[in-house]
Amino acid sequence: MSVAVVVAAAMFAGVIAYGLFGGADFGSGFYDLTAGSGPRAAELRTMVDHSIGPVWEANHVWLIYILVMWWTGFPTAFSAAMTTLFIPMMLALLGIVLRGAGFAFRKYAETYAQARLFGAIFAGSSLITPFFLGAVAGGIASGRVPRGGYGDQFGSWLNPTSMVGGCLAVATSAFLAGVFLTADAARGGRTDLAERLRARTLAVGVLAGLIVFAGLYPIVRDAPTLSHGLRDRGLPLLAMAAVAGTATLVLIFRRRYRVARVFAATAVAAVVTGWGVGQYPWILVDQQTINEAAGAPATMAGLLFVVALAVVFILPAFAYLLWLTQSERWSET
Amino acid sequence: MVLGEAVTVLASGDRPPGLLPAREQMAMSLGFHIILSCFGVALPAMILVMHRRGIVANDPTALRLAKRWSKASAVLFAIGAVSGTVLSFEMGLLWPGLMRRFGDVLGLPFGFEGLSFFTEAIFLGIYLYGWGRMPPRLHLAMLVPMAVSGVVGTFCVVAVNSWMNAPTGFQIRDGEVTDIDPWAAMFNPLAWLQFLHMWLGAFMLVGLVVSGVYAAGLLRGRDDAHHRLGFMVPFVFASIASVVQPVVGHVLGLQVGDRQPAKLAAFELALHSEPGPAPLRLGGFLTDGAVRWALTIPRIGSIIARGSFDAPVPGLDTIARSDWPPVNITHCSFQVMVGIGTLLAAAAALFWIARRLGGDPLNNRWYLRFAVIAGPLAVICLEAGWVATEVGRQPWAVWQVLRTADAASWSSAIWWSYIGVLVVYVGMAVGGFVVLRSMARRWRAGDEDLPSPYGPAVADPTPAEPEPVR
Repeated sequence: MSVAVVVAAAMFAGVIAYGLFGGADFGSGFYDLTAGSGPRAAELRTMVDHSIGPVWEANHVWLIYILVMWWTGFPTAFSAAMTTLFIPMMLALLGIVLRGAGFAFRKYAETYAQARLFGAIFAGSSLITPFFLGAVAGGIASGRVPRGGYGDQFGSWLNPTSMVGGCLAVATSAFLAGVFLTADAARGGRTDLAERLRARTLAVGVLAGLIVFAGLYPIVRDAPTLSHGLRDRGLPLLAMAAVAGTATLVLIFRRRYRVARVFAATAVAAVVTGWGVGQYPWILVDQQTINEAAGAPATMAGLLFVVALAVVFILPAFAYLLWLTQSERWSET
Repeated sequence: MVLGEAVTVLASGDRPPGLLPAREQMAMSLGFHIILSCFGVALPAMILVMHRRGIVANDPTALRLAKRWSKASAVLFAIGAVSGTVLSFEMGLLWPGLMRRFGDVLGLPFGFEGLSFFTEAIFLGIYLYGWGRMPPRLHLAMLVPMAVSGVVGTFCVVAVNSWMNAPTGFQIRDGEVTDIDPWAAMFNPLAWLQFLHMWLGAFMLVGLVVSGVYAAGLLRGRDDAHHRLGFMVPFVFASIASVVQPVVGHVLGLQVGDRQPAKLAAFELALHSEPGPAPLRLGGFLTDGAVRWALTIPRIGSIIARGSFDAPVPGLDTIARSDWPPVNITHCSFQVMVGIGTLLAAAAALFWIARRLGGDPLNNRWYLRFAVIAGPLAVICLEAGWVATEVGRQPWAVWQVLRTADAASWSSAIWWSYIGVLVVYVGMAVGGFVVLRSMARRWRAGDEDLPSPYGPAVADPTPAEPEPVR
């Protein structure tokens, strides 16, 4: 295994982490958006705020980590993707900006009218970003990013694989968030809220499962290289996703929320990893392999040092933050 | 010389249609983010001092100020985080020609910057939500990694910018970038000085903006311990930074003179090389090939720009016309930076001298008025300094290696993305302003907790008491 593949794996670990933590973060916008109005909606929104408030900025930095690893470790592939997928990247960015600002503004809004405006911006834009990032992944995975860059400005993301990727990202994000929010509500003793979230999470979970497995059909025709990899090396991961996803639904149905979180995260991580394993060894499918795109050896070694620092310093700190938010003292609103 | 060869090798000759909007979009989004990143760098240190005083000296006023600042920082850091993300995307969306060739040369410091941003985001989350949920001293300690990561992050980001001014850590052979050493690129000759200059600038800006807020309160007659302490802590930081800054700036300027003669000539509005000692030109414009309306002071140009009594300042006539930066913008913004910076340093010194002599400038309404506008002045100063160094580097993205035209994207959609970014940023600035102002207003009214209304106001279920008969 080359150094480049190790760096790519470290970068992809960031993709998985962003899929899980960023995904749960974005997905909570879905419940916020569909909460309606009135005191019950206020209860849900307060909890969304409390659940993601301390972690959203840290969750979000996974994306920065991915971008930095990408442009430093694989600069030609980065610039090819950015010039080709200009429009979906810009739209994903729009979602990130509106969502972060809207969320922070809502927390300190003075009047209900203001809070409603900022809240609608936050919740609406929460769905934009995962959709377009999923579409970006679909464009890369279906071989639509030429190695020289400046590929088809529209066809590169308006295609079957990108649409599957976008819908899949939104659905898995909403599913993860539903499981986490339900668990948070139950832990905080808000049984009514947990019950309402439970019903919606079950519905979202079934839908997400359908999208993941029905989405394989268009991918077979549209992205042969990816679908070959999925059926070959990716098969165990798809099986794992199916089992873990089903287990999550059963556990949610039986109100075993704490354990359900582990299975939900496993299911989503398996789907994301399946994509990565499926397109290996390509970084831009059918165009450029990981080794071809790799930057200078000294830079790759430097990036491994960055990764080592992240493992030693960032992961324990991140775990501490997550542990705090799950502790009893932090669960009171 | 390797660099000279690179000029011919990496130049394509054509100008992409997105060059102008790409530059405008980058300037706007970076000019916006740079102010917020200053708060990310300097505010944790100020909150740390204030919060520590609250706990160690058992001072409730200090503790209340620290708590309020942490709430304001939640809003500012959120805007800073998202506007910083925009810049990460823009590196590739706007400057693919730079990233394709030099991503693995310049990228490593961004890796470390990512880690420090991670650290800051994690401990910010803990600190903001830790009020009342953690042991006080442990809670206070959460500010330390935030303050440290602000320093590291500043160094890393500025290291990339200084590399663009003093490119090192690679060779160019046959049009290929080879012999890449990312560590040499990160620790390029200008990195430490440019970092120090930016870091001090951040403390000047934040210190003066925050102390200006409390100076305004003092002016309106709210003369109490709360306002005096709220003024003093940031002002001490800003004073030290303001007084040291001219020295650092001067040393950095000397380096620029040695490395980037075109930039220096534009700073000094030196059209023709003059044998030393060169004069200093205050104000002035370059029109129709001549300098007009400049106040020329003989001799001291050499001292200021070259650190010597008789060294010449090489003029723009020694530089090919195609390699000139936009001279007037560079000159004007440079002089605005130096002028305001000097004024702020003098005002800070005046404050402490007056106190030494037994006076209290906080009782002087004219000083307070100045303290209020010092905040906006510091913002203008920082922006002007940034414009001077960035525009002064043109037409190069990487000094004498890669022209900005060859770094920019060929996408034709950048005018649209520029307009979109502009609209969103205006909205974000307005939203942030409205929220921060309403926070201040509610604090003045005595409301400390600032609960957000997540639902419509519930009508008071108890009927109103009848008015007592007087």
